[in-house]
Amino acid sequence: MNKKDFSILIGGAAGQGSRKAGLIIAKIFSDLGYKIYIYDDYQSLIRGGHSFSLIRVSEKEYNCSKKKIDILLALDERTIKEHSRDLNEDGLIIFNQDKVKEVKGVGIAIESIVKELGGIAIMANTALIGGFAKIIGLDFDFLKNILEKEISKGIEKNLEVAKKAYDLEEAKLKIEDIGESMPLLTGNEALSLGVVAAGLETYIAYPMTPATGILHYLAELKDCNVLVSQLENEIAVINAAIGAAYTGKRTMVGTSGGGFALMTEAISLAAMSETPIVIVNSQRPGPATGVPTYSGQGDLLFTLNSGHGDLIRFVIAPGDVNEMFIWSGKAMNLAWKYQTPVILLTEKDLSEATFSFDKNILSEVKKEEALMWDEKKEYQRYEITENGISPLAFPGGDAIVKATSYEHDEYGISTEDEDIIKQMQDKRLRKFESMKNEIENTESVNVYGDNSDVAVVCFGSLKGIVKSVCEKIGIKMVQPIVLEPFPQKQVLEALKGIKKVVCVEANALSQLAKVLAQNGVKVDKSILRYDGRPFNEEDLEDQLKNI
Amino acid sequence: MDNLQTKAINTWCPGCGNFGVLAAFKKAMESYKKEDIVIVSDIGCSSKIIDYLDLSSFDSLHGRSISTASGIKLGNPNLKVIVFIGDGGALNEGISHLIHLAKRNSDITVLMHDNRLFALTTGQFTAASPKGLKTRSTPDGSIEDPLNPLELMLDSNGTFIARSYSSKIDHLASIIKKAIDHEGFSFVEILQPCISFMDNFKFYNEKIYELGEEQRTKEQARKLIEEWNYNGEGKIPLGILYFEAKDSYEKIMNEKIIKDKEVNIEKCLEAHL
Repeated sequence: MNKKDFSILIGGAAGQGSRKAGLIIAKIFSDLGYKIYIYDDYQSLIRGGHSFSLIRVSEKEYNCSKKKIDILLALDERTIKEHSRDLNEDGLIIFNQDKVKEVKGVGIAIESIVKELGGIAIMANTALIGGFAKIIGLDFDFLKNILEKEISKGIEKNLEVAKKAYDLEEAKLKIEDIGESMPLLTGNEALSLGVVAAGLETYIAYPMTPATGILHYLAELKDCNVLVSQLENEIAVINAAIGAAYTGKRTMVGTSGGGFALMTEAISLAAMSETPIVIVNSQRPGPATGVPTYSGQGDLLFTLNSGHGDLIRFVIAPGDVNEMFIWSGKAMNLAWKYQTPVILLTEKDLSEATFSFDKNILSEVKKEEALMWDEKKEYQRYEITENGISPLAFPGGDAIVKATSYEHDEYGISTEDEDIIKQMQDKRLRKFESMKNEIENTESVNVYGDNSDVAVVCFGSLKGIVKSVCEKIGIKMVQPIVLEPFPQKQVLEALKGIKKVVCVEANALSQLAKVLAQNGVKVDKSILRYDGRPFNEEDLEDQLKNI
Repeated sequence: MDNLQTKAINTWCPGCGNFGVLAAFKKAMESYKKEDIVIVSDIGCSSKIIDYLDLSSFDSLHGRSISTASGIKLGNPNLKVIVFIGDGGALNEGISHLIHLAKRNSDITVLMHDNRLFALTTGQFTAASPKGLKTRSTPDGSIEDPLNPLELMLDSNGTFIARSYSSKIDHLASIIKKAIDHEGFSFVEILQPCISFMDNFKFYNEKIYELGEEQRTKEQARKLIEEWNYNGEGKIPLGILYFEAKDSYEKIMNEKIIKDKEVNIEKCLEAHL
């Protein structure tokens, strides 16, 4: 086992607490200074089935999984059945001896321990962690500290259970302490904090996996004073959010593909009424209900074309936890600068994965003030301006603020006059042009690696895996973070001299290749995965080597 | 409140019931300050009204105006938010929002201009149309029974339910004012004849009568609400049929928020270590 980069898989049936146990194990290594990436795999059910967390522990930051596992922790028999084939030759299995028979490894009678001490069934996962801690050579006090932080209910009994299992095992490994710990955040949590840093005041949503984590997190986040409201459906959600934004409140909504589809009429409303709004579309594989708890990137073209009528909207797809924080903050500031809908396009594998977060980037997001009415002459909500941006005013003050879905004059009164219709569309076109300039003048594309005549282009959560493999085999990688307005100049510059362009995408139609084609880039090959599961390093490396 | 006239040219048909609603609304506005009011409209003839009123406004999408209005109230609970919507917007396209806003006692006033059909699309039946109504989409007569919107509001836990008539301007103005002053969800059905597609002035003039101002139990209210079956039978009571005092959704939600509190992201991160 390579002690600077290894993988731990913990699995069980839903209800056995494998995800929580995985997070505690990740915190152990995070406290020892290792970088963490957790991929959580679960099904759309509450009890039973098979869930697992695949934890990458490394000195260097990776943000993706390997296929091979070094330590397999099994709360049930099915975990052994599904994953033992991926165990490295020198890998170790630690298993629930009360459920799993005839397996080579370390069995711990976790359920018997809990029963003997009078605990409740779920505490078996604490017993497994206790035994695991001893096997990797940790002091019990170190584990105790973490358990006390992570377990709020019945901590005394949990500690008793953990200690009993700990004392039964022997140390087999010694994990070095290599540095300071970093906070562990899911993509959804980093996104939430980013918009909060940019002034989020209201979050409105209807639950939909994998965006629900944002709703839960912001509702619990008492320190940040965000008003969180759950409404009857996604149509109510976005229309109410537009109402709140009209009064001056920085507002966001979040959903997944199906809910996003319901919101599209109001995306058009936000564009026409020039109301700032941030919309999170966290994708799952589609079409329709698709596969709720897995990942995909099949909403790209739909998102880029969302809303009826002649409009463009910002579409931003962050690639990792730090980009989630920075770009969600930028999304909120852009929404208010340009009074327009901004869509954060992400997917389950970024929304719900857990990463080590670099807190040094906190200062990069600040609330930027919007252009406000100077009160010098009568207020006109849709004043014709050179850059297409009309100053804002909010109801409740001295201005009469007439916002509208109907084509309108500068004051906001409905019109059917041909000259005014054209003038207003031209005003919005100038605003779209300003939006395009903003993106071309901001670093909107990540480029990694050089000296290669092959380049891989990808977006969103695929950044982690593609970057890792490209660095290893010496291929250039280009990742546009902003997808509309498309940073065409930056992408063309990055691909200068490249002979072969390969797209790696988590969808079936290679939708990014179509976007690139519209922007003058011919894609030679697409590597696609659309079974809801993430790419792993070993398989992607094989595929990229063969092009 | 000063003059509410805008530069917009009025495009309602001569004799339209909406003129009565506009006059009554202007009269009701006399007791308020301009900056305290936001009006929200839906789609259709009724919704043209916001162009004719120099007040802050949001002309929203069909059926969604009630949701936009609830967001405005959530964003700034000091504003008085009034929605102008037709029976098509409230009972067809937007019925789910209407029910949920009543259920959560959202502090907005919904003025439903009930002309009992889609007019601006040149006449089709709505959920408020009487059975047998011949329209361009139902040339043999509508085969559906109408909804009773007041009964729907009562069953959705609405806390202020009233009915008035566009030809009774003083009555309507007084009901609108009471609806605005009510804390929580207020729903006013305004019987509003459509001179072009459903001219029922005569029918209403014969059937209506005014109620007293006493508070009623839900059972008493239900009896009055069921008096007219929307298909031609029964007298039509006008007035506040039901009201009760209850904290509004926006009041409770906004009380949880501490104003001007400094946001500390670093503190949030401590929970992630």
